[in-house]
Amino acid sequence: ILSFRAVESQCEGQCAPVDSLWRRYSEFELLRNYLSVTYPHIVVPPLPEKRADFVWHKLSADNMDPDFVERRRIGLENFLLRVASHPVLCQDKIFYSFLTQEGGWKEMVNETGFQLKADSRLKALNATFRVKNPDKRFTELKHYSDELQSVISHLLRVRARVADRLYGVYKVHGNYGRVFSEWSAIEKEMGDGLQSAGHHMDVYAASIDDILEEEEHYADQLKEYLFYAEALRAVCRKHELMQYDLEMAAQDLTSKKQQCEELATGTVRTFSLKGMTSKLFGQETPEQREAKIKVLEEQIQEGEEQLKSKNLEGRDFVKSAWADIERFKEQKNHDLKEALISYAVMQISMCKKGIQVWTNAKECFSKM
Amino acid sequence: TSLGEVNAFSPSMPISPSSMINQYKFEDEPELKDLFITVDDPESHITAIETFITYRVVTKTSRGEFDSSEYEVRRRYQDFLWLKSKLEEAHPTLIIPPLPEKFIMKGMVERFNDEFIETRRKALHKFLNRIADHPTLTFNEDFKIFLTAQAWELSSHKKQGPGLLSRMGQTVRAVASSVRGGVKNRPEMFTEMNDYMETFSQKINVLDKIAHRIYKEEREYFNEMKEYGPIHTLWSASEEDIADSLKGVASCIDKCCKATEKRMAGLSENLLPILHEYVLYSEILMGVLKRRDQIQGELDSKIDALANKKTEKDLFSEEIGKLEDKVECANNALKADWDRWKQNMQYDMRSTFTNVAENNLRYYEE
Repeated sequence: ILSFRAVESQCEGQCAPVDSLWRRYSEFELLRNYLSVTYPHIVVPPLPEKRADFVWHKLSADNMDPDFVERRRIGLENFLLRVASHPVLCQDKIFYSFLTQEGGWKEMVNETGFQLKADSRLKALNATFRVKNPDKRFTELKHYSDELQSVISHLLRVRARVADRLYGVYKVHGNYGRVFSEWSAIEKEMGDGLQSAGHHMDVYAASIDDILEEEEHYADQLKEYLFYAEALRAVCRKHELMQYDLEMAAQDLTSKKQQCEELATGTVRTFSLKGMTSKLFGQETPEQREAKIKVLEEQIQEGEEQLKSKNLEGRDFVKSAWADIERFKEQKNHDLKEALISYAVMQISMCKKGIQVWTNAKECFSKM
Repeated sequence: TSLGEVNAFSPSMPISPSSMINQYKFEDEPELKDLFITVDDPESHITAIETFITYRVVTKTSRGEFDSSEYEVRRRYQDFLWLKSKLEEAHPTLIIPPLPEKFIMKGMVERFNDEFIETRRKALHKFLNRIADHPTLTFNEDFKIFLTAQAWELSSHKKQGPGLLSRMGQTVRAVASSVRGGVKNRPEMFTEMNDYMETFSQKINVLDKIAHRIYKEEREYFNEMKEYGPIHTLWSASEEDIADSLKGVASCIDKCCKATEKRMAGLSENLLPILHEYVLYSEILMGVLKRRDQIQGELDSKIDALANKKTEKDLFSEEIGKLEDKVECANNALKADWDRWKQNMQYDMRSTFTNVAENNLRYYEE
């Protein structure tokens, strides 16, 4: 169990000048890359967005904007908490030193040589592998992660537009305040009512800022799961790749066995150019054939052992990956439900504020 | 072809004149109403030359000077214009209620769009009722003819008397005289009124713009919200555990959409038309003040002339006497009407904004 104090002090280092902030973020990235490669069967928690996305007009797209920086800080803190509370990841030594070791951490990570383990094919997002027998659960999971990503990003886009419009409605009401005030100057009986109503209109217009600020936190919660979809997909890809390698290895083994058999029995079962040319242009000597068979038999031996271990690897991967996926599913359902509830609570609070303002305004109006 | 049907916005008509008196006792009008008018049933008429809309005007009254107790006639917009100009002619310093505009500037391609007709119908209904409620205008002869005459009777009556041109001439003279600075000797009360109207006119125009802007923003908000709910439903299709929560959110958002629609409807039925009327009213009032100034101007110039010509003193003093009476009448009429107008305006503003507040409360409660 890691002490949370250590986590916090690291994050306080975030509030340093610009240079060090960028360096820090890149170190977070390095940490995450390391974890993704070292634990490919784990759904690794995502980092908060690098640049401001899903922006609506009041929110600045500026990465240096204090609100954005603050939200990102919270996101990074959240990332560390997620890793710290993960049963497997929290035990990792590199993670531990990320939290405790000031200097030389970067070198330490690079020394693990994890970049060599990284499969470059995982990065090629669009490459498809013709996998004949993927585990159906992973295929479904991949579909799900695609759907999740698409639906959440759509939702966030529309939410941003809705927020923009809502901002507009509230702010225009602020104009009432000014005009009412000016108008009240020429009225005798209506004056007081108008003036105080105007004040309430100003309150109404100002209230939207806090409301939307809170909503940004909700949006951030959804964003986390948007990025989690990527992590899910990465695990599925890993499975696909493993399965592909397995199938390729099996195929290779089968063809080698066939070749061996053909050489041994002299029958040509499958057409091959080599076979044809040797038939047309003279046979090999029995010694040559023996040599070939021997080589092949060795390769077949190796191949069978490799295949066995690959199979084992694959099964282990599926087992441990699926365990983490189940854990993730529960976490996701819990978190999203909480997020939706908090969103509803926010909306209710917004309406309550609205009721208060308009009740006051109504009173002022009726006294006009 | 009948374009619209009598909808819920025309007040229900009482059956007999006597029963009306018991039904319609308004708190703010101590006198009992004895004249009830509705404007409804727009119909379009197509002739070789033009297409136009007529509205049915139904009058029920218990007044003695009316030959019958019920009348039903059809009138077109032109007829309303005529009535207004006759009233202005007869009572230059009374505040004649506004008529809906001839055309709407913004992007109305079809003049006979249903919404336009309905808005106009409501405004015409209000126009006639305001005249009926006015202590002086309600007894105007042209008003009576407007309510009771058959189409051909009205046309022939229209042809008599000074036409539109003379009224325009009057207003032109009024404007000219005020430009000439015919405002000396203006009683303080009317200067105050003028100042007030200038500011009021400014403010009401701004309010009108603000209200329209709010409506527009709410409409845009509504458009985006329409898309927002269904996304949650779509999402729920991929989920198991949280599917119900998502569907719940989706349905709540849809309810918010409906509530927003109601709020918008409240604005467009209530606040927007009233603000618009008072924009028109502010123009009307400026005109009334100018006409008053002009009448006074006539008096003043005659007095000046008298100071120069000693001979025809008697003749002049009679004229002056008449003019002085005229000015006094005009002033009194205006003052009384002004007070009345302000009271009504206050009432209208109060109730309309209270209504807006109530609508918003309802919206948030939903």
